Formats: sequence, structure tokens, C-alpha cells
Amino acid sequence: MTSLDDQAADVNDAIDTLLSQFPPSRTDAKAFWGAQFDAGLAWVDFPKGDGGLGVSPSHRELVSRRLAEAGAETWNTTANILGIGMGAGVLVTHGTQDQRKRWLRPMFTMDEIWCQMFSEPGAGSDIASLATRAVRDGDEWVVNGQKTWTTLAHLSKWGMVVTRTDPDQPKHRGMTYFIVDMEAEGVDIRPLYQITGEAEFNDVFFDDVHIPDDQRIDDVGAGWRVVMTTLMNERVAIGGRTFPRSDGAVGVAMDVWNESGSGDVATRRELARLWGEVEAFRLTTLRAAENMQAGVPGPEGSTAKLAWADLNKEVTSFTVSMLGFDGATIPEGYSLDPTTYDTREVERVMSPQRAFLRARANSIEGGTSEIMRNILGERVLGLPGEPRVDKDLPWKDVPRG
Amino acid sequence: MVEIITFTRTEEQAMLAATVRELLESTADMDSVREASLSNTAIDRAVWNGLAQMGVLGLHIPEEYGGAGYSFVETAIVFEELGRRLVPVPLLSSVIAAAAVLAAGTESQRAEYLPAIASGERIASLAIFEDPHDLLEIRTEAARDGDGWRISGVKRYVTDAPHAEVFVISAATDDGVGLFVVDSDTQGVTVAASPSLDATRPLGEVVLDSVFVHADAYLGGEPNSGAVRKALDVGVVALAQEQAAGAQRCLEISVEYAKNRFQFGRAIGSFQAIKHMCADMLVAVEHAKSAALHAARALDDADESKIAVPLAKSVCSDAFVKASGDTIQILGGIGFTWEHDAHLYLKRAKSTSLLLGSVDSYRDRLADAIGI
Repeated sequence: MTSLDDQAADVNDAIDTLLSQFPPSRTDAKAFWGAQFDAGLAWVDFPKGDGGLGVSPSHRELVSRRLAEAGAETWNTTANILGIGMGAGVLVTHGTQDQRKRWLRPMFTMDEIWCQMFSEPGAGSDIASLATRAVRDGDEWVVNGQKTWTTLAHLSKWGMVVTRTDPDQPKHRGMTYFIVDMEAEGVDIRPLYQITGEAEFNDVFFDDVHIPDDQRIDDVGAGWRVVMTTLMNERVAIGGRTFPRSDGAVGVAMDVWNESGSGDVATRRELARLWGEVEAFRLTTLRAAENMQAGVPGPEGSTAKLAWADLNKEVTSFTVSMLGFDGATIPEGYSLDPTTYDTREVERVMSPQRAFLRARANSIEGGTSEIMRNILGERVLGLPGEPRVDKDLPWKDVPRG
Repeated sequence: MVEIITFTRTEEQAMLAATVRELLESTADMDSVREASLSNTAIDRAVWNGLAQMGVLGLHIPEEYGGAGYSFVETAIVFEELGRRLVPVPLLSSVIAAAAVLAAGTESQRAEYLPAIASGERIASLAIFEDPHDLLEIRTEAARDGDGWRISGVKRYVTDAPHAEVFVISAATDDGVGLFVVDSDTQGVTVAASPSLDATRPLGEVVLDSVFVHADAYLGGEPNSGAVRKALDVGVVALAQEQAAGAQRCLEISVEYAKNRFQFGRAIGSFQAIKHMCADMLVAVEHAKSAALHAARALDDADESKIAVPLAKSVCSDAFVKASGDTIQILGGIGFTWEHDAHLYLKRAKSTSLLLGSVDSYRDRLADAIGI
């Protein structure tokens, strides 16, 4: 294995070549992403041929920084986040060579959008209790059941879905992971309207949906292992994120204060306190990124999801309070609209009231804050887990609902 | 806005931390801390002498004045180790006093006073507070008298007053408030210990009754409010390291206890009510560490320190008070006893949040700095 410095030199060379052959200002976004993939700069730590150069993941930061500086389009990573941020890692860890060849490139170029289907009406925090059934039928599997909270399902070509294949096993065993064609017959996608009136999420119903066996990821019964990889990638993606000072909700809070013309000492002090908490969180994300890059990740890398959820809720609520009576209005009003691709592409300007409502999800989506506290307590601090009543029971005998 | 984004320790800094920790592990234990906490005047001489021998008392003092000439990051490392164990040594007082001399003193005054502080030969303390709420309310007066000054007044909340050998005091002259160096054995100086909430950090009162000092004791020979601010900032950043490290120690105590205390047939750390308190403490501790470390790095940057210093006070004060309070709750009855260490951390946390100015006053400064 070459040293980190040697690797950085190789990565820089590859970036130089890419930028000179495909100048971002004169290259169509999709063409650029294709070239970026072919140059091994999509996920630089992936193997050569799979969109990577086989170097340390710490160089991802270098790639995204240099491409952003060069003015390259990078919004594919947010617009297709469930594919590029999570699905790709699953394919590279658990997928066959054919599967990686077939799916990675069109995912990165945005030709195919991805979604992820774990949650069900009866399986929220306890994902492993899920009930969507897949039954083998020759070279195919037949799927029936319902998934929910599926972001981007209405725009997706492919979905990662975990199913119950053996109800006689305890819940963590007996699951199998597939990639399902969201346009296949029997897949019914319905918008799930949320607190703000829009629908970022969907309910997805499977009615005798046929999935070819070559779209199965890893072994039959190994679904939970793949789920863990997916969630780990998600948390790394969240934990590795950094942002500028006074960004986002706290910046909006500052604007609202400054425009209010209020001179209230206590309000200003409280805003300063909150700004300080957000800044300490930001510094922690920088420290985590730095330690990760240096190869010495510590507990500072695990706290971001929980900390941000709490802070964002607090800041957005405080901001609406600063509006006074105006805080009891909502400029956009409510209308029931599925979120469109375009609104995800450009950062939408939300009113503080709407941001306050959207923030309620922060401590629920991607693992509730209660689950995050369990994870911090057990995996980072080493505290013992809760006794589990369902651990060794066959899934079919565990009470659900 | 200047961004200082580097938290990683150099090899040399890591070695400094290890050496200090080794010294403290071999010479300071919690029993001597608890003993010190009853007397209110104690100082752990063994540790103090050990630190002096290692040459870490003057890390941040320039080399030409007997120090090591390092950035504040190295001094911060020492405070972190001291703060973990609540070691009763007068380093805070000494570092703040040195900062005042450095900021306000002339070349020859620095050369006269700083080497003895850097070596630990003399214990110094900044004596500027009089009013419990207003940092800058100063009634002490200095009037010209022949070739010197005559000073009268009462200074309160003076850290390490009982064993300080030299004070840097503030007094109002006709031109404004100036800083004077006054030896504790000068005629007219009386020092009385005030029982402190955190008895591991002695506080006291310094009464100046018509005390005469020579003209060269007047730092810079003119009023210098910037020097006071700078000295307080240095103190706040030093305290932030202690706060973050103290909070970290509380987390360790809590987790250790939660793993080993069994009730209802289970380790209490397996109950979410306890586990979640620990998780929240972890978040607060990591944020406090980031804020403290950033402040140490930004201290000598004129722009960034305007944000980083009050930020550290705000974040680290809340984190330590909460962590030490929650630790007592997690420990239950034993946490309330004198024999357990938990109360020592709570007392340190509460008192530290009040030292060198209220948290609110620093939030006001932070508000100024970020333009709200």
C-alpha cells in the first residue's frame, strides 16, 4: 500500500487530467460525471473500474474540494444521494462484478435515480421486524408488502429493498436484500404528504412484484448484514459533512433578529448562546473530518446526527418566536404537492415557519434521536444494551403492530 | 473572517500531554485534592514544584522573559491535564497575571517580573475585581505621592490570594484605570482567604491601606484597559480547557458507574434513562472540547479571538455545569456524599462559570462579535 501522500499525488494527477480533458465550463454535467466516473474520481476509494482509484477514503474530501473549486457540477451527489451516498457503498461491498458494472455508472451520471426501502408501517425504529415478504419462484422472487418513508421513490429507477424470506428464523436472520426496478409491474408509488404539505416521501406497495434473482444482493438470509452496511454509509455521509460558519438555520435566525429591530437583551443573548452551540457543533464536524483524514477517528465523529437534530429544532423554533405575531402565519401557505426533482436540485428558500415544521423530522428520519442515543451509549461509551425479549424467537412468533 | 481549522496535536504536544499526565498520576491523587478542599488555602506543592521543574509554568511567556515562547496551545494542554484532576495549583492566577504584565508592562517591567513567574519562583495573581456583578467597577484609587503612588482599596474574588506573593492590581488614577504590581508583603497589604465554593481554587480579599509603591510598579506608566481584557481572555481560554477536561472526566465517572452499578438485576447503564443522559453528556463534551481547543488556537489572532473566546466561555461553562450535575444524578446517593469526587467537579464547574465574568456578559460580547 502506498503512503497517503503518494496517493494524494495520484489523485491530484487524475483530477488535473480530468479537468483539462473535460473543462467544467464547456462540458455538459452528465458528460462530466461520466468522465469523472471513468477517471476513478466518483468514489475515489472504490476499486479501479468501479468509479474509484483504490485509495484511502480520506481522499474523497480532496476530490470534492478540488472539483468544487474548478466549478464542476457536483449536485448529483445530493440529487441522487440515496444511490451515490448509500447504494454505491452497498454495491461495492456486497455486489457482484456484474451488478457493479450494471448500476454504478448510470447512478453517478444521474441517468438512474435510486431510492431505499427499509421502513414499513409496522417497522420503524425496529427495522429488523419488517414484514414485506419475498418468496422464491424459480429464477425469480415474488414480493408482497408495503414500504414507507421512501424518499425519491416517485423519481427512481431502482430501489434497494430488504424483505423477509424466512419467517421461521429470528428476526435478524431470514431477511434478504434486493435491487428492485421501480417501474416493474405491481409497484405502486403514492405520495406521503407531510407536516409542510409537500411530499418528499412515498408509500410504496408491492403486489406480486417479480425480481430476477440476479438482482439479489449478497446471500439469501444475509439481508441484515447489507442493511448495516447501508446505514453505516449513511452515518459516515452525515458525520463527514462540514459547513461554513453561520450557515443554514442559524444564519436565518441572525437575519430575522437583525431585521426585527428589537433591542431585547435577553433575546439577543439567547441567540448568541444558540449561535455558539451551533458553532461548537460546526467545529466538532471539522475536528471529526480532520481526525478521520488523519486516520484517527474518535467519538467526535459519531455525535453529529444527534447534535444537529436537537440544535436545528431549537434554532428554527427560536427563530419563529422572534417573528412575534408573524410567527403565527406561514407565507407559503399549505398545498399538497409531491416534491419535484427541480426543488431538490437547487436549494429551496423556505420561510422560517416552514423550516421550523420541517425540522421536526430531523430527530426522526435516518434513526430517531432515541436510537442515536442508544448507539452512542452502547457503541461509543460501551454501556450494556437493553435486554431483548424478541432476540431468539422466530420472527413469526414476535408480537408486532 | 479568519478560519483556524486544525485540531490535531503535533508529536511534541502529545509528548507534553503525556509527561504532564505522568507527573500528575505519580504526585497528585484525589485524596490530596479532597484534603485541600477542606483547608481552602492548600496548594499541592509537590505538583507545583514538579511543573516548575518541567518548565511548563511559563510555556506561553516569551523566551526573552524566561518562558518557552510557545503558542497558547501548549499551555492549554497543561490546563487540560490539571482540569481533569482538579489539581490545586495556582497556574491560572500565574498565567493571567503574566498576561497582564506582558500586555501592559514596559520592556524593563516585563524583564523584571516575568522570569520569576515563568519559573514558579513567585506566585502571582491578578487582583482587579471589587463588585460581584460588574467587572470594571473600580473604587480602588491610586494617587501620586512623591516618586511613587499611594493605593487604597479592597480587591475581592482574587484567585489564589492566600498564597500569592505578588499581585497585579487595578486602581483608578486621575487619567484612568491603571495596573500596578504590588508585593504581598508590602506594608499596608492585608490578605484574607474567603471560603470558596470550589475550595480547590482558593479565593481571597486583598485590602490595600495606603500602600506605597514606586513609580516603576505602574505597568506601562499609563492606563491600559486593553491589557486587562487580554489578561481576562487568556484566563477564560485556560479555564475553558479545564471545563472541557472536567466535563470529559465527569462523563468517564458516569459511564464507569453505570456499567458497574446493578439495580433491578441489570447494570443501570442498560436503562435508557441513564444511557441517554450519558449520550447527551458525550455530545456536550465533544462540543466543549472543540470550542476550547479552537479558542486556544485562536487566542493570539486579534479577529478570531473576538469570537473564539466568548464562544468557549459560553459553550464550555454550560457543558461542565450540566455534565457535573448529571454525574451526581447518575451516581445517586453516593454522588451526594463528601467521600465521592463528584461534588468536587460540580463545585469546580459552577464556580468556574462565574469566574472572570458571567456567562451572560460573554454572550453579549459574542453577539457583538458576530454582528447581531
